Amino acid sequence: MTVKVVYCGICSFPPEYCEFGGAFKRCKEWLEKKEPELFQKLYSVEALEKATSSLSIEKQEEIERKIQKDQKKNEARAERELANKLSSKIYVKRIERNKRKHVIAISGLELCGIDMKKLAKVFASKFATGASVTKTADGKDEIVIQGDVGDEVETYIVDMLEEKGLDDVKVEQVAEKPKKKKPQV
Amino acid sequence: MPNAMFKKFSREEVHSRSNIKSSVQRGLKAKLIEQFPGLESVIEEAMPKKSQMVQIKCSDKVTLYSINSEVLFFQSFDDPLVPTIKFVHKYPEAFPRVKVDRGAIKFVLSGANIMCPGLTSPGASLPESPGLDVGAVVSIYAENKEHALAVGVLTMSTEDIKSINKNCGVEVCHYLGDGLWNFSE
Ligand SMILES: [Zn+2]
Repeated sequence: MTVKVVYCGICSFPPEYCEFGGAFKRCKEWLEKKEPELFQKLYSVEALEKATSSLSIEKQEEIERKIQKDQKKNEARAERELANKLSSKIYVKRIERNKRKHVIAISGLELCGIDMKKLAKVFASKFATGASVTKTADGKDEIVIQGDVGDEVETYIVDMLEEKGLDDVKVEQVAEKPKKKKPQV
Repeated sequence: MPNAMFKKFSREEVHSRSNIKSSVQRGLKAKLIEQFPGLESVIEEAMPKKSQMVQIKCSDKVTLYSINSEVLFFQSFDDPLVPTIKFVHKYPEAFPRVKVDRGAIKFVLSGANIMCPGLTSPGASLPESPGLDVGAVVSIYAENKEHALAVGVLTMSTEDIKSINKNCGVEVCHYLGDGLWNFSE
């Protein structure tokens, strides 16, 4: 009774919508390997001929041109973004405020498409502490959490990246000591 | 039902999960059948008596209903229940449908509402008279495609869409590639 729909292993759409999924080339390669019958059904010459739209030829060509242009743009962008993401690094910085007080500042999240305000909220409730998004000197956002929770934060972020398929993004803990006071005379 | 309500949806929006009592589950099923008479013949298969339904409460008064970690329906406040696209893919016959022309696909997939001309042009189609009333929940298909690409709510009756043929006709609330599509428990 149920219909079983195949989903693309690259863009997750039903393969007939891969052309709108932003990774068309990779999607087609995947489909040809994994679902050759469906590949034939969608991309054989006859299939492509049959799929012509009911709109007027000019209108149709215009739409196809636009779709192809978007495809190229999206693919280039997706590749750029992926490369950017994978080469980025997230820093979990432990800053010593005084002998017993530490805060954790997380930077480098912006490339991974993470909503920092929401993540700060998650941390605030998870660790029952204060957490907020602040601007750094170079104009980037970072999450600052009150308390010495660097390890927990690192674990959480690593899990989150894994879930997003961004395992290659590195997470690094660094420590920042307060500047030494001038020795008293 | 807010437009593109899952555009930015992610796991961080989930506030609580709770098992639904079997009596409540029965009531929910009755409500679904009332809303989608086409579901009646498959509802026991789709939501077996023994299965445990889970209610997932999210930000902005959005509630998801899942079985076996798969979200089947959602709801905003006390608005009508709306099936997820994956559920529509499984039981396509159970839900009323509209079809957009090829030119409208990329707009739907960016979360835009559907303008009447995208539903009345030669590649599109609407149910025959008397059609569907304003407020009806519909599955959204596309020219030359087999499977649904979105679900939405009519902002005009289908007869009005045909005769007036301007402004917004369907509010798209969930589409391929949005946060709910990518959400996994
Ligand atoms: Zn694909």
